[in-house]
Amino acid sequence: MGVFDIPLQAWLGQILLGLVNGSFYAVLSLGLAVIFGLLNIVNFTHGAMYMFGAFCAWLALDWFGIGYWPSLLITPVVVGLFGMLIERTLLKRLYALDHLYGLLLTFGLALIVEGVFREYFGVSGHPYAAPEALTGATNLGFMILPNYRAWVVLASLSLCLLTWLLIERTRVGAYLRAGTENAKLVQAFGVNVPLMITVTYGAGVALAALAGVLAAPITQVSPLMGSNLIIVVFAVVVIGGMGSIIGSIITGLGLGFIEGLTKVVYPEASSTVIFVIMALVLMVRPAGLFGKEA
Amino acid sequence: MAESSICIKIANLQAWYGESHVLHGVNLEVRQGEVMTLLGRNGSGRTTTLRAIMGLVDRRSGSVQIHGRESIGLAPHKIAWLGVGYCPEERGIFSSLSCEENLMLPPTLGPDGMSVAEIYELFPNLKERATSQGTRLSGGEQQMLAIARILRTGAKTLLLDEISEGLAPVIVQTLGRAIRMLRQRGYTIVLVEQNFRFAAPLADRFCVMEHGRIVQNFEAAQLQERMPVLHEFLGV
Amino acid sequence: MRNPSPYLVFSILALGLLIAPAIGLYPIMMMKLMCFALFACAFNLLIGFTGLLSFGHAMFLGTAGYAAGHAMKVWGFEPATGLLLGTSASALLGLIVGSLAIRRQGIYFAMITLALSQMVFFVLLQAPFTGGEDGLQGIPRGILLGFIDLSDDLVLYFFVVAIFLAGYGAIYRIVNSPYGQILKAIRENEPRAISLGYDANRYKLLAFVLSAALSGLAGSMKALVLGFATLSDAYWHTSGEVVLMTLLGGMGTLLGPVVGAATIISIQNGLSDKVGSWVTVIMGVTFVACVILFRKGIVGEVADWLRRKNVPARASH
Repeated sequence: MGVFDIPLQAWLGQILLGLVNGSFYAVLSLGLAVIFGLLNIVNFTHGAMYMFGAFCAWLALDWFGIGYWPSLLITPVVVGLFGMLIERTLLKRLYALDHLYGLLLTFGLALIVEGVFREYFGVSGHPYAAPEALTGATNLGFMILPNYRAWVVLASLSLCLLTWLLIERTRVGAYLRAGTENAKLVQAFGVNVPLMITVTYGAGVALAALAGVLAAPITQVSPLMGSNLIIVVFAVVVIGGMGSIIGSIITGLGLGFIEGLTKVVYPEASSTVIFVIMALVLMVRPAGLFGKEA
Repeated sequence: MAESSICIKIANLQAWYGESHVLHGVNLEVRQGEVMTLLGRNGSGRTTTLRAIMGLVDRRSGSVQIHGRESIGLAPHKIAWLGVGYCPEERGIFSSLSCEENLMLPPTLGPDGMSVAEIYELFPNLKERATSQGTRLSGGEQQMLAIARILRTGAKTLLLDEISEGLAPVIVQTLGRAIRMLRQRGYTIVLVEQNFRFAAPLADRFCVMEHGRIVQNFEAAQLQERMPVLHEFLGV
Repeated sequence: MRNPSPYLVFSILALGLLIAPAIGLYPIMMMKLMCFALFACAFNLLIGFTGLLSFGHAMFLGTAGYAAGHAMKVWGFEPATGLLLGTSASALLGLIVGSLAIRRQGIYFAMITLALSQMVFFVLLQAPFTGGEDGLQGIPRGILLGFIDLSDDLVLYFFVVAIFLAGYGAIYRIVNSPYGQILKAIRENEPRAISLGYDANRYKLLAFVLSAALSGLAGSMKALVLGFATLSDAYWHTSGEVVLMTLLGGMGTLLGPVVGAATIISIQNGLSDKVGSWVTVIMGVTFVACVILFRKGIVGEVADWLRRKNVPARASH
């Protein structure tokens, strides 16, 4: 059975991989949007934190024998703390300045992190094995479903959903939403907004690091894995807009899906299709598909 | 009258927005349980005084003691925890929150805050509009919401900036009743007002500001004899 | 001492460049420096004078290098035509990219230029005529205008000096023209400029195209001087480099990008064999340091210092 002479398994395999990528796009653009909403900084470091997360998992295994499941918990905490340190020492000084300085600073930080990892670990990728429980595949009848990839998509979607719940349905989330609109007033009510900002940044990069751990068994763990990804995520963010959480999720998944399709139908275009879509969206709907801002 | 304690004591308060020097040395004492109205022309520094008390200006110097505690070096959230509630001129209703979420947002700062039931009794409109998006409420409803949410917190010292501005007379009356009720319960209220007719019957003390300084400070009993001076300063 | 007049600065710069070979500075190194200096000046036209941060300028450097290289190597055009073709290719790319990117402001503009530049990178990577990972090698020096042989380094050097000074001068003229004043108005208060009747987007787009074209000129020149064009010219790292050069030297000053480029290139040359990936780290640290401590850049700080020496001490109030 096939469509356009390409077997169904190939289609579904690429689509699944596309959804995997899409779920990373969603998680990362979500983190970017949350950070941007409250701090007004486009966090270029996000890609490096994703890479840092993957490396934490790999190093935890290599140096301490700590496996995948504990890494899923430990890595975000480690990277999140690191993020909070960055916010406290560096980012805090930029809030009174033009937003572009935030981009420049986080760009510099990304270079530092990437450079350090490149120096110590080279450019080639290091393999990281998926955990025992998720290896292999399940036969669904119409396709063979690789277990780990299915897990990644489910886990990422759950993460996004949890984040959405946290922001839209809890008191802390209300502080975050209100703080995004008028941080000074929220502070005047007695909420420790500076602390909230620090924790939000930490949480945002922790999300990225968690995505990195999820990614480790799929892509090779390499110092370059973050920078190529972050540029695509920027395009995702331009397409979807940073105004809505659901918007970021749908855009990320959708674009991953389209990228997967392109890989089957016209592989040469797969690395550029998202940018092309970005160009189209800019021509037709400059504010972005879900954008609230001009 | 019994000697009441000083709730807010301001000495030589100066404040800047960026390079702009707005307050040039404000000296003021607000007694516990009194309603003080801060009058003056636009640009005289009334809103800035309230913001300076809350620590929301770019830079400030001098002394602001709240319940005896020096607060000039404190961050806004710490000042709020001294039991101060602030209702800004622009109201500050959050569009990404519903009416009820706006109401419940400020954390509880003290024990005797009004319960939600009491608030809805005072402002029944807010109960009807509980699930509406905050900014979909009418101007009057948003003003009521802005006051209601700080009443919930248990803050007993209220800084209210132009709460009657742009509201229908009926709603202004409701606000007046609310202020009277709060005063009876022992709240200390600083009222910045353009609307003299609204503020005059409510206030125990009148202060007039000009060019970032207090130029008149007298009790309600002296209002009649000071009217001519007031006319001069306010152009009323 | 008053702030030195721009003409004086220009003359000193020109003189310095002209005598540089005589005092022992290597022509190839100097030429590479001038290429990047022109690149940074072109970039600064956009960020310093129009207020638009592009994170994708490498696409103009790279595309022009390939276009000019291809024209000179494969089609056999002489250098001046090669440079012209390279510049035009970048200008055209600038028109396309600019009209897309201008639709958004500030941060989004930067992200769009970055994404589109990455797209250009992938296109250059996959296109058959660019030589892929190896790049375009063996670009000939050629005979300029049919009678000046550029294979002599020194002859080429003076040609490059001429082009560089012409480019620098052009930017000066643009910035100080009525058009430049409007750009400045747009940078400082766009809504007001629009309310005065100026089509801000058109002005910004023109600035973008000019910046792209001059970057293309730099890229074409680089391909001519070094004899090759590689993918790294179009990689986002290079975009970051030119931002750093301008930031370090001083955004919004004319001389700043030149100083910044000279500094960065010298450091890179000096360190390249010794430190490997640490170069990236050093670049990153410099970025962070500049943003936190040193926003005006070298030239900006010097200009400030000179200005403070001029103004007599005022009594504090």
